[in-house]
Amino acid sequence: MIPPLLQVEAVSKRFRGLQAIDGVSFEVANGEIVALIGPNGAGKTTLFNMIAGVFPPDQGRIALGGGDLVGLRPDQVCKAGVGRTFQLVKPFANLSVEDNVVVGALHAVTKVAPARRLAREVLDLVGLAEKRGRPARSLTLPDRKCLEVARALATRPRLLLLDEVMAGLRPAETDRMVGIFQRLNRDAGLTILLIEHVMRAVMALSHRVVVINTGKLVCTGTPAEVVRDPRVLECYLGEDTV
Amino acid sequence: MKQSLALLLLLAAFAAAPLVASPYLLSVLVVVLYYAYLGQAWNIMMGFAGQLSLGHTLYVGLGAYASAALFVRFGVPAAIGLWAGVLVAMLAGAAVGSLSFRFGLKGVYFALLTIAFAEFTRILFQHLPGLGGTGGLFLPVAERSGVHLLTLRGSPAMFYYVALAMTAGIFLLCRFLLASPIGYRWRALREDQEAAQALGINIFRSKLAAVTLSAGLTALGGVFFAFYYNALFPDQAFGMPRSIEIILGPIVGGLGTLFGPILGAIILTPLGETITWATEALGFKAAGIKQLFYGLSLLAIIKFLPDGVWPRLKRLLRWDADNDDGDGDEGAAR
Ligand SMILES: Nc1ncnc2c1ncn2[C@@H]1O[C@H](COP(=O)(O)OP(=O)(O)OP(=O)(O)O)[C@@H](O)[C@H]1O
Ligand SMILES: [Mg+2]
Repeated sequence: MIPPLLQVEAVSKRFRGLQAIDGVSFEVANGEIVALIGPNGAGKTTLFNMIAGVFPPDQGRIALGGGDLVGLRPDQVCKAGVGRTFQLVKPFANLSVEDNVVVGALHAVTKVAPARRLAREVLDLVGLAEKRGRPARSLTLPDRKCLEVARALATRPRLLLLDEVMAGLRPAETDRMVGIFQRLNRDAGLTILLIEHVMRAVMALSHRVVVINTGKLVCTGTPAEVVRDPRVLECYLGEDTV
Repeated sequence: MKQSLALLLLLAAFAAAPLVASPYLLSVLVVVLYYAYLGQAWNIMMGFAGQLSLGHTLYVGLGAYASAALFVRFGVPAAIGLWAGVLVAMLAGAAVGSLSFRFGLKGVYFALLTIAFAEFTRILFQHLPGLGGTGGLFLPVAERSGVHLLTLRGSPAMFYYVALAMTAGIFLLCRFLLASPIGYRWRALREDQEAAQALGINIFRSKLAAVTLSAGLTALGGVFFAFYYNALFPDQAFGMPRSIEIILGPIVGGLGTLFGPILGAIILTPLGETITWATEALGFKAAGIKQLFYGLSLLAIIKFLPDGVWPRLKRLLRWDADNDDGDGDEGAAR
């Protein structure tokens, strides 16, 4: 039996007094697009940080293709095949847009010239090609989010973790991004786990949705199932994010 | 294209200088080249990789003392002794680096540690037997003319050309480094460590490479210092003021740029010399006048040209268009 690409098993994380994640388990199969949703402060980014090796979980297991990720540094998790974006974008501000992506591409190829070619391909793909010579600090927030995606993609990951990359985009731009990810998923077989508040994107993109609230798993299911689930509605009550 | 041409012109001007310059002017130009070289070496760490070393004279001193001691005590020629100096400095750099980076020491805390190491070594060398202590270590000079590169003995012009070759060499090395994968990794971690790490960069290894390389190159400057001045004192070789003088050039010229350290040295050294000369000519003794001047120029740069002189000059000359292919000369500041 082939193990799922990503396995998160009974993972918990406590920040001082706060139980940020409490015994969460879910899986992402090879080639799947899974959305991770939940109200603000639910613990979504905390989960990403544990997968990406920023800090280890207190308990539980995280594995990629059967290999343990817990205890690896972020650069080792990247080597294992996980690309990630940051919710609070972290561009290399004084480098050009292209050089930002070259840094990512140098993870996939060893020489600068092919890395630059790869970077240009990726910039074309996400629609930043004509801004490639500009310093990253001059980009608008939506463009910075795009740059996060481009950099992560340039590392040629097996699993892409997207943390709210579509927040702040106009509907047309959201649809364009959704199209890009669908194509990457279909043509390159890229597996994607995305945190997203924009339900338009979640509905269009994800094969499956994982809902968490106050650090606990609420339910998983297809997008259509999840939006009809009373438990999901309940955890969003009093929230206007949907 | 334009940059290469300007560079060749600058090199030609420097190469021709001994033909016309007075002995005094030549000695000033040696100091210009010496600080351009050291600034370039320091810039690898701070300008490229974003690691602030405020005790960089540690490596100057180690390179100087190691090669000088081998020469004085065992008659080892400079061309061989320099390897010992470089090696010792690289080991020291690796020790400072691994100690701090292993424990995640960053920014100001790392900078403080580099000062501590330099100061500790200064005090150590004041008390180390056999190296002259506070009284100084002196290198015998048999010949002051001709060209003896192996022993680094010869005329002022020879020292001038050695300094010029070193400065040109380190410039080319830095240009190569910036265009190579390690240069991209350094700049990435300078800009954002977390993002760099998420893109697969082993930040410990990359930082350690920067410190070690910078330390070794700086030590080479120290070897030059020892054989040019022929006298070493712990206070001078390892003293804090020297560390500051090393870093002023690149900051004034433009942190993280290739031309910044050269430009900074060209601007600051003659001005500093002039001020010392002028105050002496006017007949009042003011010990700290040069330091005061350096402090003021730093303030002025931070206030009016926070990116340094070179990035502004480049814009004025409209050379930024040249820079589209990412030769990495965009600098580090803001
Ligand atoms: N490094 C940290 N130290 C202490 N507390 C933290 C840390 N990171 C997150 N938290 C806390 O853990 C909880 C979950 O935060 P997290 O960022 O994972 O939420 P989220 O689901 O991503 O929310 P949002 O939708 O607003 O991004 C929050 O209460 C947050 O304040
Ligand atoms: Mg979040």
